[in-house]
Amino acid sequence: MSGVLVVAETRRGELRDVSLELIGAARTVKDAAGGRIAVAVVAADAEAHAGALALDGVDEVLTVTSPAPHFEPHVTQRALEALIGSERPSLVLVGHTIDSLGFAPAVAVSAGLGFASDVTALGWDDGPTAARGAYGDKLVAELDFPGRETTLLMVRAGAFEPAEGPGQAPARAVDVELGDAAASEHVEFREAAAGDVDITKADFLLSIGRGIEDKDNIPQFEELAEKLGATLSVSRPLVDAGWMSNARQVGQSGKTVKPKVYLALGISGAVQHLAGMQKADTIIAVNSDPEAPIFSVAHYGVVGDLFEVAEALDSHFD
Amino acid sequence: MRIVVPVKQVAALDDEFELLDDGAGVDPDFVERDLNEWDTFSLEAALLLSGAAGEGEVVAVSVGDDEASEALLTCLAKGADRAVRIWDDALQDADVLSVARVLAAAVERESPDLVLCGVQSSDAVNGATGVALAAHLGLPHVAVVSGLQYDAGSGTAMVERELEGGLIEVVTIRCPALLTIQTGINEPRYANLRAIKQAREKPMDELALSDLGLDDEAVTATAGARRRRLRPPESGGGAEIIEGSSAEAAARIADIVKERMSG
Repeated sequence: MSGVLVVAETRRGELRDVSLELIGAARTVKDAAGGRIAVAVVAADAEAHAGALALDGVDEVLTVTSPAPHFEPHVTQRALEALIGSERPSLVLVGHTIDSLGFAPAVAVSAGLGFASDVTALGWDDGPTAARGAYGDKLVAELDFPGRETTLLMVRAGAFEPAEGPGQAPARAVDVELGDAAASEHVEFREAAAGDVDITKADFLLSIGRGIEDKDNIPQFEELAEKLGATLSVSRPLVDAGWMSNARQVGQSGKTVKPKVYLALGISGAVQHLAGMQKADTIIAVNSDPEAPIFSVAHYGVVGDLFEVAEALDSHFD
Repeated sequence: MRIVVPVKQVAALDDEFELLDDGAGVDPDFVERDLNEWDTFSLEAALLLSGAAGEGEVVAVSVGDDEASEALLTCLAKGADRAVRIWDDALQDADVLSVARVLAAAVERESPDLVLCGVQSSDAVNGATGVALAAHLGLPHVAVVSGLQYDAGSGTAMVERELEGGLIEVVTIRCPALLTIQTGINEPRYANLRAIKQAREKPMDELALSDLGLDDEAVTATAGARRRRLRPPESGGGAEIIEGSSAEAAARIADIVKERMSG
């Protein structure tokens, strides 16, 4: 057992960014893990991605051609089980992404692997070590995987810098019997409904979350946004509750935004939300909970009552 | 038709929580417990399907200590027909794969037509229990489902997968299947007072590991990870906390906004 096997992701013919971050992550433990990085891509058009994955630090790109036209979790599961069996890596890195959530835990069970998801840091101490959030990211758990020959870690998107720079890695097509592996069938993709507003274009977002407590309180924040010259955006719970359109939703399942100023009122900062806004130039957060994870990415924080702050803020923008 | 809904009594930290001295965990005095938010949506999806079919049974299952009975009672009050709670002291620090292994032993006995899990729990945020459980049960699975059409007895379900950026993929999945359900798929009902009282009359099985043919060793051997230490996050710069009254904080925010937006 040695080396790192990275599982790249594609969607609709495009390589997903997290693939390059996983290679970046693999490079941080490459030497400790035995000095070899292989990158696997399982897709109908797997071979088309080999070149883009042959980055500096990668030793080999393994392509598995899928019989399914799009990602299919059971196909990827069987392909990865076969690759782990033949390549015998010490560490397997996949993204903590929607697609990988569909197969990676199943592979961990079927192949008897060490396992952790939503990993934010990697290390090596006589085997892989990992850190991940606990209690809704208010704490960090440090993990190891004693007794496991292979450990699979699902790595949070954005936690590692993407690898760059071309390398010399040769591609090898790996033949895996996948004909009867699929259990689901693609019907169609549906694009997110276009809204009346494009929050990704706004320089100043006033973003509200669960802390506003009630649908009836939304108009006052719409008015505040207008007065501040900001565009109103929201976190997921307000969309789930049917209070606001998902066109205004910031986060993994909504929009990724990078405004000059992101003013978050009553948003605790779940991982999925932070993924969509942590690259804003200036983040200001108002929350009643001093331990709210949003304060870990904010530049300025106010621990207090968002309604009081909102009311007082209003008077500064006449 | 039988639908099994695995649920979790999650632990939320108080604002002023304290770690145990050895870093092994959190002082339980600072933890509030509640039914996992995602599980309110998976339960609702099960209740809607069973209601539409006009027959069938919804079974809520949880691996958890005495306090997890509260989560199961909530499920029963909302309309689940019965509940199963599995506990053993050996499960105290069980990780996601161990929990999945134990759930599998309990769910298998139910021979379900569908297993509906929440995508993730709000405390551990693994996102992995459901799909790991599916692997144990040998069930087809779809993760992060934001839409579901299923007719009782049907060999397939039509589901919507919620992908990054709001993109939806519609797929058909062979059934019986396990789906992990995303928030927002429906509007979870509230239990009325009468239903809350009646929940205690509904059956709740309490099982030990040995009742499922498992032992401590089965829990330890399936663990995916060992927790070495629990610690506060590194502040990594972190936010500059603006002190003072709400009015003072607002004045400072206004200054920052005006300065950044003029640049």
